[in-house]
Amino acid sequence: MTTVADPKAPRPPRAKPSRLTTRGNTELYGWVFMRASGVILLVLIFGHLFVNLVAGEGVKAIDFGFVAGKWASPFWQVWDLLMLWLAMIHGTNGVRTIVNDYAERPGTRLVLKSLLYLAFVITVVLGTLVIFTFDPCPSGSPADLLPSFCTAS
Amino acid sequence: MTAVLDAPEQVGAIPSFTVTLRVMRYLPGDDGVTPVAHWDEFQVLCHGTDRVLDALHKVKWEQDGSLTFRRSCAHGVCGSDAMRINGRNRLACKTLLKDLDPSKPITVEPIKGLPVIKDLVVDMEPFFASYREIMPFLITTGNEPTKERLQSAEQRERFDDTTKCILCAACTSSCPVFWTDGQYFGPAAIVNAHRFIFDSRDEGGAQRLEILNDKEGVWRCRTTFNCTEACPRGIEVTKAIQEVKRAMITRAF
Repeated sequence: MTTVADPKAPRPPRAKPSRLTTRGNTELYGWVFMRASGVILLVLIFGHLFVNLVAGEGVKAIDFGFVAGKWASPFWQVWDLLMLWLAMIHGTNGVRTIVNDYAERPGTRLVLKSLLYLAFVITVVLGTLVIFTFDPCPSGSPADLLPSFCTAS
Repeated sequence: MTAVLDAPEQVGAIPSFTVTLRVMRYLPGDDGVTPVAHWDEFQVLCHGTDRVLDALHKVKWEQDGSLTFRRSCAHGVCGSDAMRINGRNRLACKTLLKDLDPSKPITVEPIKGLPVIKDLVVDMEPFFASYREIMPFLITTGNEPTKERLQSAEQRERFDDTTKCILCAACTSSCPVFWTDGQYFGPAAIVNAHRFIFDSRDEGGAQRLEILNDKEGVWRCRTTFNCTEACPRGIEVTKAIQEVKRAMITRAF
């Protein structure tokens, strides 16, 4: 005779879900950031392209003096800094989701994401450093290569 | 010996044709050594009114009794026979052979992303585990009312689309994000959460949103619309997922 389980006996506790729960709004903020930064980047990047390539003398105007002249103004410093940071966070987060979607082994994910974050840190730190410590008038350079506001030395 | 019998046959004649079924076979060995899955081809004489399920039945009943697949009601309600037919997730009982170009072989595979048990039968447990996690039942507070919980037609309309789900897993197993590691909740779980989140009688909406706010929750949706295309009930699955996302954002800000 087989014994049938007592139907009134309490049921065994439900098996724990296999996935680790990671509650919190991180992914939500990430999702919203992608949309918001995308819209801002559209303005920043097309503004950047227009000023550098179309306005005034167009693409022929670009040389050391042109870039140095731009970075002498706080407006373009802020513009380029915003563009750098937003583009890097936007791009890194995008590649992070792609890695999550396509890399199947945890080891592959870890390696790819480590490389990604390393590239992010190097680019952002270097870029920020250049924007803030840029010297538009390096001494001992021929004056015709420098922006007009440099006093010849 | 009379001509009476022949006449009706001519009138109601249904075109019949031979189709080739290419079925993905998978049989785990008893010795623990798993044989490789392989394709089997079957020639079946079918009628214009036959569905893929009828062809599979003919194979099982007349040619190869070891062919294994799930089916229960055979009329598109129970959700047992979702399979990948010609590369698309459909219910075998709702797919007419004549709509599939019977001149070419018709491929039948188990749905992707879930472990195959035998032939076309997959282990649905990971799928149902996600379903249970979103608590697919009415959550209320206070005393139970002595009469029905009333709801206006407009309030009912709000979640009408997602009440149609039959849990066949056609959507979840068509989702490329689910294929990668199977950790994503999947469209079906979100659809069934949507059914309660937007129900005016339910009070567990915040809890369910919290569950789906998970790293593996709605934010892994890439809006590829595979789920909407796969749903045999015509549920706008991607739209439902987007509505859950919107509810989370309006809650957070």
